[in-house]
Amino acid sequence: MYQYTDFDKRFVRERAAQYRDQLERHLSGRLSDEEFRPLRLQNGWYVQRYAPMLRVAVPYGELNSAQLRVLATIARDYDTPEPGLFERAQTTQDAIGGIAAPALTKNYAHFTTRQNLQYNWIPLHKSADVMDLLASVNMHGIQTSGNCIRNITSDERAGVAVDEIVDPRPFAEILRQWSTLHPEFAFLPRKFKIAISGASDDRAATAWHDVGLHMQRNASGEVGFRVMVGGGMGRTPITASVIREFLPWNQILNFLEAVVRVYNRWGRRDNIYKARIKILVKAEGPRYKEEVEAEYQRILTQDGAPHTITQAEFDRVHACFAAPVLAAHNGVSAEAIHTQLTQAADGNKDFARWLQQNVAAHRDPHLRIVTLSFKRLGQAPGDATADQLDAAAVLADRFSCGEARVSHDQNLVLPWVAAQDLPALYKQAKDLGLAKPNIRMLTDMIACPGGDYCSLANARSLPVSAAISERYQDLDELFDLGEIDLHISGCINSCGHHHSGHIGILGVDKDGKEWYQVTLGGSDGSELSGAPKAGKVVGPSFSSAEVVDVIEAVLQVYTDQKTHGETFIDAVNRIGIDPFKLAANAARHSSDDEALSTID
Amino acid sequence: MRLISHTEHATLTHDHLLTLPNDADPMQQSLQDVQTIELHFPKFTDGRAFSQALMLRRRCGFKGDIRASGDVLIDQLSQMQRCGFSSAVLRADQDISKGRELLTHFSAFYQGDVSQPQPLFAR
Repeated sequence: MYQYTDFDKRFVRERAAQYRDQLERHLSGRLSDEEFRPLRLQNGWYVQRYAPMLRVAVPYGELNSAQLRVLATIARDYDTPEPGLFERAQTTQDAIGGIAAPALTKNYAHFTTRQNLQYNWIPLHKSADVMDLLASVNMHGIQTSGNCIRNITSDERAGVAVDEIVDPRPFAEILRQWSTLHPEFAFLPRKFKIAISGASDDRAATAWHDVGLHMQRNASGEVGFRVMVGGGMGRTPITASVIREFLPWNQILNFLEAVVRVYNRWGRRDNIYKARIKILVKAEGPRYKEEVEAEYQRILTQDGAPHTITQAEFDRVHACFAAPVLAAHNGVSAEAIHTQLTQAADGNKDFARWLQQNVAAHRDPHLRIVTLSFKRLGQAPGDATADQLDAAAVLADRFSCGEARVSHDQNLVLPWVAAQDLPALYKQAKDLGLAKPNIRMLTDMIACPGGDYCSLANARSLPVSAAISERYQDLDELFDLGEIDLHISGCINSCGHHHSGHIGILGVDKDGKEWYQVTLGGSDGSELSGAPKAGKVVGPSFSSAEVVDVIEAVLQVYTDQKTHGETFIDAVNRIGIDPFKLAANAARHSSDDEALSTID
Repeated sequence: MRLISHTEHATLTHDHLLTLPNDADPMQQSLQDVQTIELHFPKFTDGRAFSQALMLRRRCGFKGDIRASGDVLIDQLSQMQRCGFSSAVLRADQDISKGRELLTHFSAFYQGDVSQPQPLFAR
C-alpha cells in the first residue's frame, strides 16, 4: 500500500483543522448554510433524509487493518443518532407502506459503488472530531462530494490480478495527489469521476466514468493509457468514448489538465441535468476532442509540461506497492496446494462453492484473492457493523498482510491470502457470516441506501433488495441461475448503477407512491457482461409488491430458454428483450383481480 | 494578495481596467495598457474564473493586477491566489481579517499553480 510521507500526513491534518474551523464558524452563525454547503460537501458531509451522512474516501479502495479499526470505532462511537431521532425516523419510514421493509439500522458503515464508505447518523457537531480520528490513520473525506474531481476508483484486484497488464495503483495514487485540492478544478460544472484499470478484464466499469483510463503496453512495450471521456449514468446514460488510444504514462496529468480545463470552460452551468461532461462530449464530440488536443499541446509547448511525471516520482510511489513479504509456504508446491484444496472441497459442497465464487486466482500461484461477502440476509448490501469492521481487520491481519480492498460491488476483498490458509479463512469468515458463496451471483446485488436514508431517493432500495435476497436463498437455485449482475437504484441519480445491471431496478415516484422500473441487458463493460451499455426498460413501472415476481418471471424465461452453459446476459443478448418483456408484464398483479375481490 | 472591502472598492478608480465575462477566452483579449483585469464570480460555485486567471498569468504573461469580484468569499481566497488572482473584492458580509488568516492555512500543496508552477514531486 501507499506509505504516507510526512507531507501527506501533515496535509490531511491541515485539512481536518481547516474543516474544524469552517464547522465552528458555521455553528456560531458566521458561515451560512449556503456557504458552508460546498465546504462540507468537499469533505464528504451531506445532509440526508434524517441526519448528516459522511462519505469517507478510500482511495482506489485500499484499506489497511488500522484504518478498518478506526472505521469500526467511528461506527461504534459516532454513528449514533441524537436521542429520539432514530425512533422518529423509523415511524416515518413505517408510514410509507408497501412491502415489508427491514428496520433502519445504526452504528454501521456502508461500502459504496465508488469504493468509499458511508455513515448515516453522525451528528454534525461531532463531525470535526470524526475528521480528526480519520486523520489519525491518514484518512479523510476530501472531494468525496461536490463539483470536483472525486475519489479515483480502480480494479479491486489491482496489483494481484492474473490478467493484469500494468499495476494501476501507482497512477491512481499520483492522480489522487494531483487532484487533491486542485485550485483550478474545485468548482467544476458538476462532479467528475475517474476510474483506472490495468487488466484485460475491466472490473472498474471505466466506460461509465467521466474519465476512464486503461493501462496498456504498446507494440514497443511502453506503458501508457487509453483515455476515454464522457461516460456517466444518471438520467442520460452514456458510455465514454475514446479520446486517446495511447498516451505515454508520464503525460497523464498534463493530458487530464486539458480534459478538465476545457470542461470547466465549456460545460453547461445553466442546467444541473446537463452539466456532466458526458453531455458536453455528446453535444460537441469532435470539437471538444480537438480543443482538448489543442490545449494539451499548449500545456506541452507553452507551459513546459510542468506535471510530467518524473521517473523518480513514479519509482517512489511504485515502491510503496511492492508485494508484501509473505511467510514461506513450507516448500509446498502450488500444485500440491491445489490438490489439497480440491480434496477438501470434495466432501464439502459449501466450501467448494465458496472456492468457486469467492476465491480468485492470484498472480502468485501460492496466493489467492478472497472476497468477503457483505450480501446476506438481515443486513443491507454493503453494510458492515462496527464489530464486523473490527472482525474484518482481524481477518486482514491474520490472512492478508493487513490489507483489504473495498470492491465496487460493495464487498471487501482480501488480496494476499495464502492458498494453504483458505480452509482456516473460510471457517472464520463463515462464523462471521461473511462467507456466503454468492459473489457475482444474483444475491450479490448492488443497492444504494435509497429512500431509507437518502434525501434524493424517489423510492426505497433496501426493502426490494431484501425481498429478492429472501426469495433466492436456495444455493442450488442460485447456482443454476449463474452469474448475474442485479443493480438497484432508488432514484435516477443511479448510485446503485441500475443502468449497467444485467437486471436493473430503478425506484420512481408516482403520486407519492413507490414504483420500480425494470431494465434488462445492461453491462458494466466486464468480460462477463460484454460491451458497456445501458439496459432497456421492460415496460411501465411495477409496484414494490410486484418486483420480486417480475424478477422471478424474467429468470424463468432464462431458465427455459438458455443453451448449455449460457449466462443470463448472453441469453438476453441472444434472444432479445421481448420474451423477457412479455413475461415481466404478465407478472403484474392484475388490478382486475383486486377489483373483483372487492365485489361481492 | 490584496483584500479589498466593499466600501474601499467604491473608491477605486477604473482606469486601465478590463472586465472579462466568464465565457471570454483570455487568449483573445488585447491586454495593452491594461493594469487591472477584473474577473467576476456570478456565484462562488462558478469556477470558470479560476481557469481564466491561470491562463492570463501562465499563457498571456499578464503581470498586472487580476482582481476577483462578485460573490467572493474568504474560503475561496487561497484557491484564487493559487490561480493568479492578486486582489479580491470581498462580498460585503465577509470578514477581512479572517480571510487573511485563511490564506496561510496550508503549508503547501501537491500540484503546481501560478506561484509555484512545479508540482510537489518536481520541486
